[in-house]
Amino acid sequence: MARYAMVIDTLLCIGCGDCVVACKTENKVPEGLNRDWVVEATRGTYPNLTTEFRSERCNHCSHATCVYMCPTGASHHWKDTNIVLVDPNKCTGCKACIAACPYDARLIMHPGGYIDKCTFCHHRVEKGLDPACVSTCPTHCMYFGLLDDPSSEVSELLRTRNYKVLAPETGNQPNVYYLT
Amino acid sequence: MLEEILVTARSNPHVDPVMDVWGWEISVYLFMGGLSAGIMFFSALMLLMKKDRETPFAVNGLALLGLVVLSLGMTTLFLDLSHKLFVWRFYTTFEPTSPMSWGAWILILFYPVAVLQVLSTFRTGYPFFAGLVDSLPLVTKIFDLAERYRRLIAWLAIPIAVGLGIYTGILLSAFSARPFWNTGLLGPLFLVSGLSTGAALTALIARQHAEKRLFTLIDAGLIVAELLIVALLLINLATGSRPQLEAASMLLGGSYAGWFWGVFITLGLLIPLLLEYFETRGALRNLAMLAPVLVLIGGYVLRVIAVDLGQETTWIDYPSEFNTQLLERLH
Amino acid sequence: MLLNRREFIKLSSLLGAGTVVSPLLLGGCSAHPLPGAGQVSKTPTFCDMCFWKCAGFVYRENGEPWKIHGNDNDLHSEGRLCTRGTAGLGNYEDPDRLQKPLLRVTAADGRQTFREASWDEALGYITERMNSIAEQYGADRFAMLNHGYGARHFSHLMRAWGSGSSAEPAFAQCRGPRDVGFKLTFGEGLGSPERTDMEHSRCIVLIGSHIGENLHNGQVQTLANAWRRNATVITVDPRFSVPAGKSKYWLPIKPGTDLALLLAWMHVLIDEKLYDSDYVQRYTTGFDRLREHVARYSPEWVYLETGIQPELIRTTAREMAASAPATLIHPGRHTVWYGDDTQRSRAIAILNALLGSWGRKGGLYIQEKVRLAKFPLPAYPKPKSTFKAAHGARYPFAYKGVSNAIIEASIGDDAHYKGLLVYGTNLPMTIPGIRPQLRAAMDSLELVVVVDTMPSEITGYADVVLPECTYLERYDDLRNSGERHPSLALRMPVFEPRHESKPGWWMARELGHRLGLEKYFPWEDYSEVLDWQLKQVGSSLQEMQNIGVKNFPRTRPRYFVEGQPVQFRTPSGKIELYSQQLADQGFDPMPEYTRPEQPPQGYYHLNYGRMPAHTFGKTTNNALLFQLAPENTLWVNPLVASAQGIENGEYVRLANPDGIVSNRIRVRVTERIRPDSVFMAHGFGHRSRRLRLTHDAGADDSELMTNVKVDPIMGGTGMRGNFVTIVRENA
Ligand SMILES: Nc1nc2c(c(=O)[nH]1)N[C@H]1C(S)=C(S)[C@@H](COP(=O)(O)OP(=O)(O)OC[C@H]3O[C@@H](n4cnc5c(=O)[nH]c(N)nc54)[C@H](O)[C@@H]3O)O[C@H]1N2
Ligand SMILES: Nc1nc2c(c(=O)[nH]1)N[C@H]1C(S)=C(S)[C@@H](COP(=O)(O)OP(=O)(O)OC[C@H]3O[C@@H](n4cnc5c(=O)[nH]c(N)nc54)[C@H](O)[C@@H]3O)O[C@H]1N2
Ligand code: SF4
Ligand code: SF4
Ligand code: SF4
Ligand code: SF4
Ligand code: SF4
Ligand SMILES: [Mo]
Repeated sequence: MARYAMVIDTLLCIGCGDCVVACKTENKVPEGLNRDWVVEATRGTYPNLTTEFRSERCNHCSHATCVYMCPTGASHHWKDTNIVLVDPNKCTGCKACIAACPYDARLIMHPGGYIDKCTFCHHRVEKGLDPACVSTCPTHCMYFGLLDDPSSEVSELLRTRNYKVLAPETGNQPNVYYLT
Repeated sequence: MLEEILVTARSNPHVDPVMDVWGWEISVYLFMGGLSAGIMFFSALMLLMKKDRETPFAVNGLALLGLVVLSLGMTTLFLDLSHKLFVWRFYTTFEPTSPMSWGAWILILFYPVAVLQVLSTFRTGYPFFAGLVDSLPLVTKIFDLAERYRRLIAWLAIPIAVGLGIYTGILLSAFSARPFWNTGLLGPLFLVSGLSTGAALTALIARQHAEKRLFTLIDAGLIVAELLIVALLLINLATGSRPQLEAASMLLGGSYAGWFWGVFITLGLLIPLLLEYFETRGALRNLAMLAPVLVLIGGYVLRVIAVDLGQETTWIDYPSEFNTQLLERLH
Repeated sequence: MLLNRREFIKLSSLLGAGTVVSPLLLGGCSAHPLPGAGQVSKTPTFCDMCFWKCAGFVYRENGEPWKIHGNDNDLHSEGRLCTRGTAGLGNYEDPDRLQKPLLRVTAADGRQTFREASWDEALGYITERMNSIAEQYGADRFAMLNHGYGARHFSHLMRAWGSGSSAEPAFAQCRGPRDVGFKLTFGEGLGSPERTDMEHSRCIVLIGSHIGENLHNGQVQTLANAWRRNATVITVDPRFSVPAGKSKYWLPIKPGTDLALLLAWMHVLIDEKLYDSDYVQRYTTGFDRLREHVARYSPEWVYLETGIQPELIRTTAREMAASAPATLIHPGRHTVWYGDDTQRSRAIAILNALLGSWGRKGGLYIQEKVRLAKFPLPAYPKPKSTFKAAHGARYPFAYKGVSNAIIEASIGDDAHYKGLLVYGTNLPMTIPGIRPQLRAAMDSLELVVVVDTMPSEITGYADVVLPECTYLERYDDLRNSGERHPSLALRMPVFEPRHESKPGWWMARELGHRLGLEKYFPWEDYSEVLDWQLKQVGSSLQEMQNIGVKNFPRTRPRYFVEGQPVQFRTPSGKIELYSQQLADQGFDPMPEYTRPEQPPQGYYHLNYGRMPAHTFGKTTNNALLFQLAPENTLWVNPLVASAQGIENGEYVRLANPDGIVSNRIRVRVTERIRPDSVFMAHGFGHRSRRLRLTHDAGADDSELMTNVKVDPIMGGTGMRGNFVTIVRENA
């Protein structure tokens, strides 16, 4: 399985939400729904504080419980990569995948009824472009690439910087990394 | 102080602020699934144990209810689908890692066997309609055939019933993403609860006192087993991961405590157990309806608690900085 | 007959003309094409969601609006738009947009309302009134209050007509004190985009500037690059702002005491001889007086005022000196805080001078524009009076119009101004505490024209409302801002104007022709002007329609050249640490600290600022951005929350000592705010019900600002001296 990863530098992210708007317009995400969102974590007590901003989305898990739970094969790994997609023509709207995602990363597409989520913008990746959110972020704090390629920017960053993933204890092996 | 908040308003209906993708449709379905599993199980078991005389209803009449109950459950399951036109997609594939796919196929097995069960017992169970059946020669032949193989059919029904009963629990417990569900005890719990509701329903409907008594006894035994499994489940939660602990506290002392202690444990298990104890000793005859009804209610409430609380337990939980109800202005 | 005694129209009377059904997406068996699989076209523009003017391309797919993305060749954006710029299509698509010209009418019951009018009627009405004002009083008695790039067409009209009075809130409500302070010191302001060389700075000091929440794109990007290079950032802010969270030093200063801190820093730099003595000697005047002046501002004394530990003051001063001259004391932008703002900005300017960072790499660079020829037109007539008539004597250093002063000069029968054109500024929410004056002015003025895209609150004060199309539907002047490199950018129509809205240039030209000013508008379409101008610099409209941005080589160095003399545009030709100009007008020649007012018992400083998702109140009704942030929240320290019994997420109201009570606002309990302050983003709490998404969502800071501290030097309206108390909704 070829592994694509998104690496986000929380030291640079300002929580501006541009990645969210970029996704909404690029992918024509219906009103009221989001494929990505921004979280702020503040620790400490005034005046000894730290904040961390994180742009979050589907983690395109290597161990994607959403895919395993899907009864119809609608949720699937795209072309032997870790990119998890939903085929609307196979999806029954049973919502097992929503319950199966420990990151609550899936949304219900209204009024179509099928499930939608971040696609890692595979339609852009296919053309050699970065995902829309990555290519829009004004602080350039998001990176995208192949983990299997040791010379890629993402591999390089994970080799040289401290990082974390969200809720690793779920065992889902997420592929969105946060530099800390 | 640790503050984790959503900087961007996120309001994906049914996912935020807490997940509620599955509502009463799924609880009803799980309840009906368990109940029909219990029904199929006992009708087959009594037949195999040649209890035609002692439990005539269970052997001959019960199976038809299984078909009806499951069909109701299937209906609510269908109602839950948000992309209904594509329901047939369940049957263009088999996904071995998906309990729901297993379930879809188990149901495919259940139906023919349940139908055969009905065919093989119908004329004895519902003599009023037997004449009708016999007026059609071809139909009569089919019934004859089914009756000839009624033991074989019953033998087939047993594993399918157990499978269906366990499956309703496994379906949930396979969700590693929902810490409350993610325990191996949910399968046995739902199976035992399904059997218990099946026994209770039989005790409720059966005419003969001996049959009622037998199923009351069986049910009492199952309730004891269920209590044990619930105890194990709680211990399991209380010694589990952070979200499991949260689930335990919601169940034992939080927003679910009333439903859990008051309705499920007390009304649905303890009181019926007590009533059944007295009944089997010959007391409280005029309250005979009460215990099975309470058991059925308890069985349903168990499914509701499981479905709702399970969805609420999550690895990730952020308060939203904004009032996302404002987003309703968009529509 | 004059329409005196006008009533503020709530515009709700026009609501209900038809609700909009949101287009349903097809479900079920429809095909699911991937984005961009259809016919895609792209058109250049530069963004108008705020005033930074980033260039980008608008993409359409099968003719439908799709997305906007930055132009890679553009220095303002480095190829990336900010949150608001990316959401520009939401402004174009907003179903609440103004659709037709509106005229004030009085109904049978005496109540005033608007009715829709044709362009011909609306423009005819305006022409008639303008002519009548010109005849009775003179054309100079008609003023303009404006904000935004499109206003240039109307400035042209006004000047051609003979009016010399205009003002932008960008001066007296925003960066006026800063630019005056820097002009007094260096002879020049900062420009927009500011001349901050953050991409090369090794040390950056942010005083209030909350870049990151303030999303001015070039600032965000160059600051992010500074973080990437591990530059030392020192943030002075009473709130744990976004940049504070990424800074090496956060100084949680007591509100309003910054000037003391700045003086203490000067004290340390001079006392420890850390300043750039060569630079000071070569370029500045008044150093000895400054040394004397700051001697008493010791860190120990200043600690008592600011709450910043003396050792921290010293350490940070040393950090600044260690990186100088690649040290930037950021001048900020919205600087109308406590009424001493020009002096505070002077202190920032002086500090930069001591560190030698003006004109040096990593400090404040020298901007360059394209030398763009003006379209040949006759000279404007000399106006009989200018904005100075409104406030010249009062605010001697206001080199631009002071918006609030112009409004004040519009009140009463003997008022100087008789007519007002308002373009692209929502005055009731923009100028603190202005509502009563605005109503009084409206009562006296003989004509109020509002040009806007949205039914903002200001339209309720108008006699005539003219609906402008959005920036995505029109030509405007070429962008030619002073930058790191000279460059031009084109804004052109991507879509046909929706409804009956029209571009500003069209309105100005139509009015010009009706007012007999044809010779100032000798074109049919504004693109002719742009094409002519572009051809003078070797480009053309056609070329720009493809590339959007054209960069030109610099002709002058970006920084001072070692050894070459520099002539500053001050009276002395030097950097004026001591300002004779100020002394001559009776102001402190060097900044003096005065202690700010303290909130009474039970009251908190009303702190406010930006949130990244919105530009003031002009984007809160944009559906894309509304979905990101549908309201503002009130930041409250946990100590305050528990003392007042307030819970996270509950709605409260704010009341000020003058009895003004705000809209409902949702509480966010957070450690990121001092216990003596509360914070909210500006731009919410709209009262116009025709802004269907945003009306009544969140609270408005400006209405609570009844204690305005006017800067006597230039007329800026200091907004930070306001106090509020928290009123629980259900208490
Ligand atoms: N997203 C977004 N970005 C914008 C705009 C927008 O509307 N939206 N508007 C643009 C415009 S026009 C402008 S002028 C700029 C304004 O942006 P800035 O110039 O950065 O804004 P300020 O209002 O000066 O600074 C606000 C900060 O000052 C802090 N503060 C409050 N009181 C004090 C004090 O007494 N001392 C100190 N040191 N700090 C204090 C507040 O906590 C807050 O963090 O933003 C621009 N960028
Ligand atoms: N209380 C408080 N007051 C403040 C500030 C604050 O932080 N708090 N900030 C101050 C600062 S820094 C500034 S710069 C000012 C900004 O003040 P304004 O420039 O007045 O800002 P907005 O409130 O966004 O109003 C912009 C108006 O222009 C309209 N508009 C938008 N696009 C177009 C267009 O293309 N054409 C036309 N004709 N109209 C258009 C909008 O609908 C809206 O009515 O506010 C100042 N006032
Ligand atoms: S666009 Fe970039 S900086 Fe802004 S929130 Fe997203 S990741 Fe963070
Ligand atoms: S984050 Fe959730 S939706 Fe995405 S791949 Fe992992 S389990 Fe599936
Ligand atoms: S909702 Fe659709 S994608 Fe999700 S599990 Fe069911 S069929 Fe698969
Ligand atoms: S990768 Fe694409 S789909 Fe996923 S959040 Fe980013 S823009 Fe949206
Ligand atoms: S900073 Fe943002 S809103 Fe302002 S012009 Fe640039 S992209 Fe547009
Ligand atoms: Mo501003």
